[in-house]
Amino acid sequence: MEIKRGIPVSPGVAIGPALVVDTEGFRIPQRFIDRKQRRDEVQRLREAIKAAVAEARENQEAISAKLGKKYGDIFAAHAVFMQDQSLVGEMEALVKEQDHAAEYAVSRVIRRNAKTLESHNNTLFSSRAADLFDIEKSLLRHLLGERGELISHLKEPVVVLAHDLTPSETAALDPKMVFAFATESGGRASHTAIMAGVLEIPAVVGLGRFLTDVSGGDEIIVDGNRGVLILNPDEETRKRYEQARQVFGTFATGLSELRDKPALTKDDVRVTLHGNIEFPQEAEHCLERGADGVGLYRTEFLYLNKKTDPTEEEHYEAYSTVVRALGGKPVIIRTLDLGADKFATQVEKSHLERNPFLGLRSVRLCLRNLTLFKTQMRAILRASSLGNVRMMFPMVSTLLELRQCKMILAEVKEDLEEEGISFQRKLPIGTMIEVPSAAIMADELAREVDFFSIGTNDLVQYTLAADRTNENVAALYNPGDPAVLRLLRMVIDAAQKNNIEVSVCGEMSGEPIYTMLLLGLGLRQLSVTPQNIPEIKKIIRSVTIDEAKKVAQEVSRLETARDVNNYLREITRRILPEVVS
Amino acid sequence: MRVAMPGNTLRRSITIVNPQGLHMRPITAFVEVAAKFKSRVSLCKQNETPIDGKSPLGLLGLAAEEGAVLELEVDGPDAEQALCALSEILEKPSFDD
Repeated sequence: MEIKRGIPVSPGVAIGPALVVDTEGFRIPQRFIDRKQRRDEVQRLREAIKAAVAEARENQEAISAKLGKKYGDIFAAHAVFMQDQSLVGEMEALVKEQDHAAEYAVSRVIRRNAKTLESHNNTLFSSRAADLFDIEKSLLRHLLGERGELISHLKEPVVVLAHDLTPSETAALDPKMVFAFATESGGRASHTAIMAGVLEIPAVVGLGRFLTDVSGGDEIIVDGNRGVLILNPDEETRKRYEQARQVFGTFATGLSELRDKPALTKDDVRVTLHGNIEFPQEAEHCLERGADGVGLYRTEFLYLNKKTDPTEEEHYEAYSTVVRALGGKPVIIRTLDLGADKFATQVEKSHLERNPFLGLRSVRLCLRNLTLFKTQMRAILRASSLGNVRMMFPMVSTLLELRQCKMILAEVKEDLEEEGISFQRKLPIGTMIEVPSAAIMADELAREVDFFSIGTNDLVQYTLAADRTNENVAALYNPGDPAVLRLLRMVIDAAQKNNIEVSVCGEMSGEPIYTMLLLGLGLRQLSVTPQNIPEIKKIIRSVTIDEAKKVAQEVSRLETARDVNNYLREITRRILPEVVS
Repeated sequence: MRVAMPGNTLRRSITIVNPQGLHMRPITAFVEVAAKFKSRVSLCKQNETPIDGKSPLGLLGLAAEEGAVLELEVDGPDAEQALCALSEILEKPSFDD
């Protein structure tokens, strides 16, 4: 049994077999063979080794000629290691004596040896485990060929373990087949964290290196409440977690009783509590928890994993499903926010940019692809005749960009009118505030839109210039940072002065410790992941606006993110101790 | 069961002087040379279990840093030539040519 600690990003407890997703996106299958196949399987293993050795030797020659012998030698080492008789012997033994498939035997033997190597104190030697993983990758490639074992073809439910999950990998996963996520890298607002929230499964990220210690099929416990991962638990631990799983269920049941109660503070101030969604079926998740509407409907899923851009009908279909499900409740649809981390193949290849997060993404990309942008706008406008729809532009960084968006929208409206297609003429338009320049210019932007929605994930990342998924700098990324809070104040003030609505839809709004602060800063509208609605509602119902204002005042005196978070954690613990870890 | 080979058993104590220790490149060179000989080759670090000198993984597992003293043992018909060639690799101060 081994225990690892990381960052809890999605609550709940799960127990199940491990599925290790490697960096190339295919999994290492845990497969057994029929006894009669032993000889053939050994032969298959030997041939793969032979081919991998030949390839390494070819690389050695090519690289030596190109870059010098020193670099070619790396491949010579790989060739020599692949032929190591003790290594090969261990692999063959697993096939011959324990009926392991060749891939599984390779993976187990390499991981076992890598682990021993990593235990050396001298990094000269422990870091060489990386070479063993290169060898593993090469052998698996030769065994699996191009077909791979794609993670989209799961046959039994698993706990997905990876260094990091890319958006396309998470999107390819069948939610019914995944008990939980655990990743080595990533932070509170990483894509894995967001997806886990969406799928309502437990997740822990930022665990540091642990994949070396796991083979596919090992029993894993993911504790998404405390941020703990347990490999091969002993019987006692397993029992304890079975119980924990039930207790967590009880707490969740208690919260569900809040569903039909409004988000009203103790002094009777009504707060609008919306849900963030990505997939149409999540509209139900919002309604089940008594959300006042959908505050952020992300539309990227329409573009991911597709060879061609979605048609107007596909857009319309997705939007109308949600709008109808919500009845008359508001649905805020955000136009395409693709690029950088969320990359779709058919759109311009932003990942080739040197600095994608500062590159052609989101609304910038739409303004360069008018056909794509207009198709989406047409579908949103059409859906607006079915209910209470609003449209929102992401990542606007200048007033000019916002005006361009509005101009294009005016053109699309004209087209629809000419075609006699009905839509809501006074469709409310909003902009997200997630770039510091937009926050600073909020008073100007406020004159041109009907509402603001503050996207704290990007606002924090751009304000502090820190990538939330880079574990080396992730600590800088903090919604409680005083610099971020000053920007929030500016945006909220600008909205109030211009009498427009303002909401927060980043992960910050779903973090219980920030609820009082946000209310105290003047926010009366929050949009959170559906599963956070009951918790946040409970806090809202437990405080008065006066108390919240005092919290905001106290926070404005604090100088560092750490002080802010410690203070907020303490204050929140007094109200709802269960939600503060 | 070990089959007795004609020839003799030769031993030599070698101190690693390479500042990077016995790393990937000397290990590769060592194993590639060792494979050319019929003799059995083993290496042993102060009182530890001897490892097969023809296994690169075993050599890496020794984690022999600069200053480590290794006992090289060669046993077989071409033991003399093997000892000579293999010692030379272990004694090399640098592989960055």
